[in-house]
Amino acid sequence: MASKRKYKGIDQLSKRDKIVVSLMVIVPTLLVLWLVWFPAVGTVLLSFTNWDGIGPLSGIKPVGLQNYIDIATIYPPFWPAIQHNLIWLAVLFFIATPLGILFAVLVDRGVSGTRFYQTSIYLPVVLSLALIGFIWQLIYSRDQGLLNAITGGTTDWYGDPDVNLWAVLVAASWRHAGYIMLLYLAGLKGVDPSLREAAKIDGASETTTFFRVILPVMRPINIIVIVVTFIESLRAFDIVWVINKGRNGLELISALVTQNVVGEASRIGFGSALATIMLLISSVLVVIYLRIAMKED
Amino acid sequence: MTRPSSEAEYLARMVPPSVRGVDRRTLLRGALGVGALIGAGTLASCGSSSDSGAGVPTGAVSGTVTVGSNQSDAVPKAAVQSYMDAFAKANPGTTVKINTVDHNSFQENINNYLQGSPDDVFTWFAGYRMQFFAEKGLVGDISDVWKNMPGMGDAMKKASTGADGKQYFVPITNYPWAVFYRKSLFADKGYEVPKTLDDLKTLGAKMQKDGIAPIAFGDKDGWPAMGTFDQLNLRINGYDFHVSLMAGKEAWTDPKVKKVFDTWAGILPLHQPDSLGRTWQEAAQSLQQKKSGMYVLGSFLAQQFAKGAEQDDLDFFAFPEIDSTIGTDAVEAPIDGYMMSARPKNEAAAKKLLQYISQPEAQLLALKADPSVIATNSNADTSGYTALQKKSAEFVKSAKSITQFMDRDTRPDFASTVMIPAIQEFIKNPSDIDGLTTKIEAQKKSIFGS
Repeated sequence: MASKRKYKGIDQLSKRDKIVVSLMVIVPTLLVLWLVWFPAVGTVLLSFTNWDGIGPLSGIKPVGLQNYIDIATIYPPFWPAIQHNLIWLAVLFFIATPLGILFAVLVDRGVSGTRFYQTSIYLPVVLSLALIGFIWQLIYSRDQGLLNAITGGTTDWYGDPDVNLWAVLVAASWRHAGYIMLLYLAGLKGVDPSLREAAKIDGASETTTFFRVILPVMRPINIIVIVVTFIESLRAFDIVWVINKGRNGLELISALVTQNVVGEASRIGFGSALATIMLLISSVLVVIYLRIAMKED
Repeated sequence: MTRPSSEAEYLARMVPPSVRGVDRRTLLRGALGVGALIGAGTLASCGSSSDSGAGVPTGAVSGTVTVGSNQSDAVPKAAVQSYMDAFAKANPGTTVKINTVDHNSFQENINNYLQGSPDDVFTWFAGYRMQFFAEKGLVGDISDVWKNMPGMGDAMKKASTGADGKQYFVPITNYPWAVFYRKSLFADKGYEVPKTLDDLKTLGAKMQKDGIAPIAFGDKDGWPAMGTFDQLNLRINGYDFHVSLMAGKEAWTDPKVKKVFDTWAGILPLHQPDSLGRTWQEAAQSLQQKKSGMYVLGSFLAQQFAKGAEQDDLDFFAFPEIDSTIGTDAVEAPIDGYMMSARPKNEAAAKKLLQYISQPEAQLLALKADPSVIATNSNADTSGYTALQKKSAEFVKSAKSITQFMDRDTRPDFASTVMIPAIQEFIKNPSDIDGLTTKIEAQKKSIFGS
């Protein structure tokens, strides 16, 4: 008699269940199609046109690869932007992220006043963009800034294209480190304390314990941290936009896309080509991440 | 885990002006003006060429008229409210509904706004972009309103006319660009207002000896230096060439353009160094503190000076003559005003409102918000003007031709994505003019050719 209860596929579901299941599948699918795939494909298609954002879609003229050719050959900000994105990635990866992890470990060890440190390091992440722009303007302004007032220098922190990227990276790292700290701290809190005790009993030093025991246990968090770092450096945008709209030494791909698409400029086709390039670069990362994630399972 | 940082992806338009470095548009656009001045003597009478239909209602209008305003700052917003209220009061049965949008958002979303369901009347500026909207049929023909605009001179009419010869725009206020200085500084040090480029260089050398930066300069936001280019081009090549260059009809590799950059390179050492990290406000403050001697900017610079004695100490002169055959009679004086959407819901009231805006009563109310601009109607009573306003009015009136500003006289995509980086590049490296103009020309061809 038990065989009667055997699952016989979807036919066995009641009508109501079927409706519920279909809705649960269809609604999210449509949302993803509408909000993710439609704009993405639309962007790629528009990148082969010179649409200016005005008039019916039928008025769009295809221009083939012209936008891409222009970007690579006669658009001066493009190559600096690629270079800056790479520098951004390197700095976040080798400096800001390790710093955030270090903060997390220190805070986790329960230094006195932990809560205070935790809050102050995380604060930059919570502050609004407007405030961040304001804070760093106060510090970096050439004529009226704190930094030059203290050192008596005349360095043009925001205006000198050889210096401003690094000045901004300090600000970006300031935020990024706090963010990574919080992520990592959450992970550390979840590590079974008995592992540490066992390591201690075996005579391992603090450092050894961290690198040999804690770090491997934290693998999932490590991957998230790496992915977050990559994503943050690719979509880096807000700080440079507040400072000078991503010009003069602060070119980033995301800022170029915005300059061209948003606003009066309305070079939708050209901007879409830049966005498509950004999409391609991001896809490489997504593929790598998915491969790692799938392997885990 | 939630990711608070994603909240940070705000666009800069959400940043308050105090942080962003307020730009002239935020403060001025739109608002106010007085004007006119231009060509006041000659007149409005010639404006009978237009031929449109309905005509401005002379009788009563009623219903609601909607107004899209980019005057989001408190003071100009109140000014808009005051003259809209005055209009409603004068036309019983009419209500004016003002939809105020953050200034930058308004500007950035203008394309979508006009293609959606725009308000009957909305704020905009004279220039290329205005004509472009007209050409695309996104705005309404108001030639009939122009038949009844006492006090609006020929120059104003020309600035309001699209490529098809019809009018699409009603000016309210404008303001001149010139070389500003403090009278007290010039008096103390015995400086004289330079008449020619050579005078300017001599004066600059003197100021440098006195430990003063001759010309204040800040181009962090990218647009202020466009004003210097405009002045030089108007003085070296004249109005016609400038307009034609802005319209994409001349080559940027033309020796005439190279001469502009060359001349600029010659006086660049007189400018404040490290200008790319400085906002125009900071540069204006250096003028105010007498750390610099002169500043090529629009009269909105007065906003950085305290009202009263300090503003009275501020004076200006036309950018010096470079070529005596060209002279100095071209003036850059951007005009702010209103347009009507292509299919207004209440056309009669919209036209009556536009007519009202062209008249002194509305314009003087607008001026109250920002005394650094002037009314565009030549009948406006100037007795309440500050010394600077009076001089601005005279200056604009004396001009033989008037330009708007690079980013209003040419395609906005060309101005913002090509010229801003190009001029900043020039400031960083003034020696490679050939390379620079070649790059500009290549991009110009691509943009204007599309």
